[in-house]
Amino acid sequence: MTTLPLLTLMMVVPLVGAVVIAALPAASAALAKPIALGASLVTLVLACVGWAQWDAAGPQFQLTETHSWIPQFGVSYAVGVDGVALALIVMACVLAPVCILAAWNDLGEGAGEDPKRTKTYFALMLSLLPFMVGVFAATDVFLFYVFFEAMLIPVYFLIGLFGGPRRQYAAMKFILFSLAGGLVMLVGVIALYVHGPGGADGFLVEKLIGNVGGSVEAQRWMFLAFFIAFAIKAPMWPVHTWLPDASTEARPATAVLLVGVLDKVGTYGMIRFCLSLFPEASAWATPVITVLAVISVLYGALLAIGQTDMMRLIAYTSISHFGFIVLGIFALTSTAGAGSALYMVNHGFSTAGLFLLAGFLIARRGSKRIPDYGGWQRVTPVLAGTFLVAGLSSLALPGLSSFVSEFLVLAGTFQVNKPAAVIATLGIVLAALYILLMYQRIFTGPKPNFTDRTAPLDLSWREKAVVIPIIASFLVLGFYPKPVLDLVNPAVKQTMDIVGASDPAPTNAGSAK
Amino acid sequence: MHTLIQSLATEGAAATEGGHAAYAWLLIALPALGAAILLLGGKRTNKFGPALATGLSWASFAVGAVIFVTMLGLGAEERAAHAELWNWIPAGQFQLSAGLLVDQLSMSFVLLITFVGSLIHVYSLGYMEHDPDKRRFFAYLNLFVASMLVLVLADSYLLLFVGWEGVGLASYLLIGFWNHNPAYATAANKAFFVNRVGDLGLSIAIMMMFATFGKVDFASVNAGVDGASTTQLTAIGLLLLVGACGKSAQFPLQSWLGDAMAGPTPVSALIHAATMVTAGVYLVVRSHAIFEGAPNAQLAVAIVGAITLLYGAIVGCAKDDIKKALAASTMSQIGYMMLAAGLGPIGYAFAIFHLLTHGFFKAGMFLGAGSVMHGMNDQVDMRRFGRLSGAMKVTWVTFGLGWLAILGIPPFAGFWSKDKIIESAFAVGGTRGWILGLATLIGAGITAFYMSRLFFMTFHGKEKRWTDGQHPHESPATMTVPMIVLSIGSGLLGMILAFAGFAQWLHPVFGGEEHEEHTNWPLMAITLLVVAAGLLLAYWRYWREEVPKRAPEGNLLTQAARADLYQDAINEGLFMRPGIHLTRALVFTDTKGVDATAGGLAATIGGFSSRLRRLQNGYVRSYALTMLTGVVAVLGVLWVMN
Repeated sequence: MTTLPLLTLMMVVPLVGAVVIAALPAASAALAKPIALGASLVTLVLACVGWAQWDAAGPQFQLTETHSWIPQFGVSYAVGVDGVALALIVMACVLAPVCILAAWNDLGEGAGEDPKRTKTYFALMLSLLPFMVGVFAATDVFLFYVFFEAMLIPVYFLIGLFGGPRRQYAAMKFILFSLAGGLVMLVGVIALYVHGPGGADGFLVEKLIGNVGGSVEAQRWMFLAFFIAFAIKAPMWPVHTWLPDASTEARPATAVLLVGVLDKVGTYGMIRFCLSLFPEASAWATPVITVLAVISVLYGALLAIGQTDMMRLIAYTSISHFGFIVLGIFALTSTAGAGSALYMVNHGFSTAGLFLLAGFLIARRGSKRIPDYGGWQRVTPVLAGTFLVAGLSSLALPGLSSFVSEFLVLAGTFQVNKPAAVIATLGIVLAALYILLMYQRIFTGPKPNFTDRTAPLDLSWREKAVVIPIIASFLVLGFYPKPVLDLVNPAVKQTMDIVGASDPAPTNAGSAK
Repeated sequence: MHTLIQSLATEGAAATEGGHAAYAWLLIALPALGAAILLLGGKRTNKFGPALATGLSWASFAVGAVIFVTMLGLGAEERAAHAELWNWIPAGQFQLSAGLLVDQLSMSFVLLITFVGSLIHVYSLGYMEHDPDKRRFFAYLNLFVASMLVLVLADSYLLLFVGWEGVGLASYLLIGFWNHNPAYATAANKAFFVNRVGDLGLSIAIMMMFATFGKVDFASVNAGVDGASTTQLTAIGLLLLVGACGKSAQFPLQSWLGDAMAGPTPVSALIHAATMVTAGVYLVVRSHAIFEGAPNAQLAVAIVGAITLLYGAIVGCAKDDIKKALAASTMSQIGYMMLAAGLGPIGYAFAIFHLLTHGFFKAGMFLGAGSVMHGMNDQVDMRRFGRLSGAMKVTWVTFGLGWLAILGIPPFAGFWSKDKIIESAFAVGGTRGWILGLATLIGAGITAFYMSRLFFMTFHGKEKRWTDGQHPHESPATMTVPMIVLSIGSGLLGMILAFAGFAQWLHPVFGGEEHEEHTNWPLMAITLLVVAAGLLLAYWRYWREEVPKRAPEGNLLTQAARADLYQDAINEGLFMRPGIHLTRALVFTDTKGVDATAGGLAATIGGFSSRLRRLQNGYVRSYALTMLTGVVAVLGVLWVMN
């Protein structure tokens, strides 16, 4: 059992599924959806098996597989996960079937569907999954780079082929920003090999940690090359502007996988590569990054308040939340680090809740514009209630999952940087504004006039099945985040050890000690 | 170790593990279960939902009563018990378990919340009978009771925060219960936003506790206080006060409470009078160790209380909306509690004492107001009431008892609690004692005036000022019985608690020396004279004289008070309008400036934007080309290096 190459299987299964869907004859295109759902569920089961095998007391990377790939250039096919990577992979594997189910009728129902488009759509969606697994599981820098760049392709097609009216513009903007980041990172990747230990497996993260040579300046340049790519991906102010366009033009399910999962590569990369490989440069850059993170928190929140397109609004809230995550990563305390890792998982679910429920709403009304709504609580009460819960999770209501992570980030940051923590805390007031004002505009007010024939229906069973796991995650991880924290704690500790950071002692621990 | 023993001695007995706290989780679980069933069950629970919710609330009260009786059977030092529930947040250095602390202070609240809460469930069965969303209403009420119990039973600041926001959420949902009226939806948002400003303080206070003490549970924080610097404690104390101001509608975060009256009246009685709004007082009293180490923060608490008690009283004099007048009164009465909590050890017990009596008489009066509205087609303008005493006898008598209680006429409840606060304020001595004491004394006079005004305008006066077609009638028994029970409390609770030794009961929670109780007879006499003056003035103007159906313009102070002393105008000018402009400016620059710059930069780095634009359809090819170029570049560089 333990010898099963789980991580590879988790990439192969959805890949095979995608190929099968693509190869389906037009007559049986209806099978595309069940195959996509089935393959993603199998992947989820594999992810759960991996979680069960994971040992908190074990080595940093587990479930490892290493094969020589291009030994001349030090490139290996090496995968393995630490707690943070595993948590993110499990999250991705939960969200994939949820999103596929949410997208079920995106292209119409039954006879209304174009079989070819349906096949392409679900094959593309399923093909995202191997990249989501691979990019978090890669323990070879070059392999990571390959995943990092290659995952743009299905996203590009998903936006460009199936998006809204301005999909071409949005897809291009997305590609431009990502490529710019990717090219900068490529320079870093090359330089890293040059300054690393070299050899047939010179790109292995384990080999590189602590062995990156070169002058202080060289290290800082390499750090920057990686960081810029990750900041674009994350996305941080001021390189965030591709995200609102991509989110609003993409289908909601695509937006979830893009913002909720793939963008986590940015923050994950900061931990895995920026901090681990360039500890000195990280310390050097921390003050500036902290400022950028705090700006992101407030800027994203203020911009969200000013939006009239609900998808753009949700995108801007993500910029704010990513600001918190980055803030926690660079606080370099065990509390903030664990908080950031947990935040990455929680944000995936709360964003999924908001995007997908907004999508259900848009499917009913045919408009993304918030002013086109009003009084919908009395039209679709279940949709309204679940939307509110997702919103409350986004504004980090204590008792829901995001609160735990946001508090940990802030408390851990406060230990080392009081002004940053205090200013970022202002975000909690702004979060209440953007969520509740949106809720007010969409759901409260006099009931709109629909004749019985045109009145939109409340959530269907399929839609409820999409929402239930998401809301369950808010409550479970709000009151019992321990399973995820147990995963990420050792990883955070390892990163801190590499960087040489230690927790500040409480200024007055009391007399109990 | 030495200080530990010392702190144990001053803190009273450390809470024993388990014991009567072992079943405390049931207190919370029962109403939480009710909320879950009603919300998840949907329409299927329409029929039995309200009754189920009411029953579960009473069940929670029954559990509380059993725990209370068990506690009475124990020695004073063994009454505090602690139950650890589960390992909540194990995150690196931050380790926290969820647990419940059952002591004299939390149990006082538990009984108030579950008893008054259950009565109001019963009342709502009548009041909300014809509302189509009745089930949702009861679900929220259950959610509120559960959250409020989390708030008072939590053993750490972070778990308290969960209850704190839970009640805030319930409050938001219930204020906006009729949110098809846009004004009500706005009122709900306003309450949440202002409370979030308070939460800012509470959040940062908890972070600071973690940075200072390494822990955020009550026991560890209390243990650490001894060695902490005054500066640290003052900062934490002031931040906690900000949180308390938000939740308890204290100056300067008071503006939401008046608008919160948009909620159905049982909600105003339970959440916005008897329980939730007093949470700030609970927070300050629970954190007494911090405030005792930070005299300046403690003084700030007293000052905030003094300002708010006068602020609310002044506003209360000018309001014609019966619920808004009662809301202003609530604000003012909580100001009394806050002031008492800021007096230090002599004040804690009286703050809580007044909180309990106020919970009864104010809830009773709100229910009375609801009963009046019920009989008058939801009319709230007191200028359209008058001489209702004949038409609604039960409401009149029960309301009257509440009125006597809040005035502090012996032997009704307020006399025992409010007068003690006035006495304690003067007892502080020095200039501070005089200022705080005079504030409470003047406040008592104004209270007598505006509450009598309210009572006379509603139930007495020269004539009926009802609008045409009004046929006021007494409410059904589901509504009058809770009113009667609460009015009995308004009559007797003060006396009972005073003679049963409520202060001694609470004493082990605070530790320190016991305070000799001695009554300041001259001050009591003066207080009664001041109260009588307020009452007589109101009698003169609102019973003997005719009350105009439309409010006269009034002098400048009246106009200011009617506009809540311009709180909204100030908030709007200082925060809202600049905020809106800032947001608009940012939205503009984000699309015009940041986007263009970043986009241009990205294009430049990418270096092929123009080509991409031309190859609209083919740029995936060029992407692949780029990838290829990249790989070739790597290989090339590596080859060169080798």
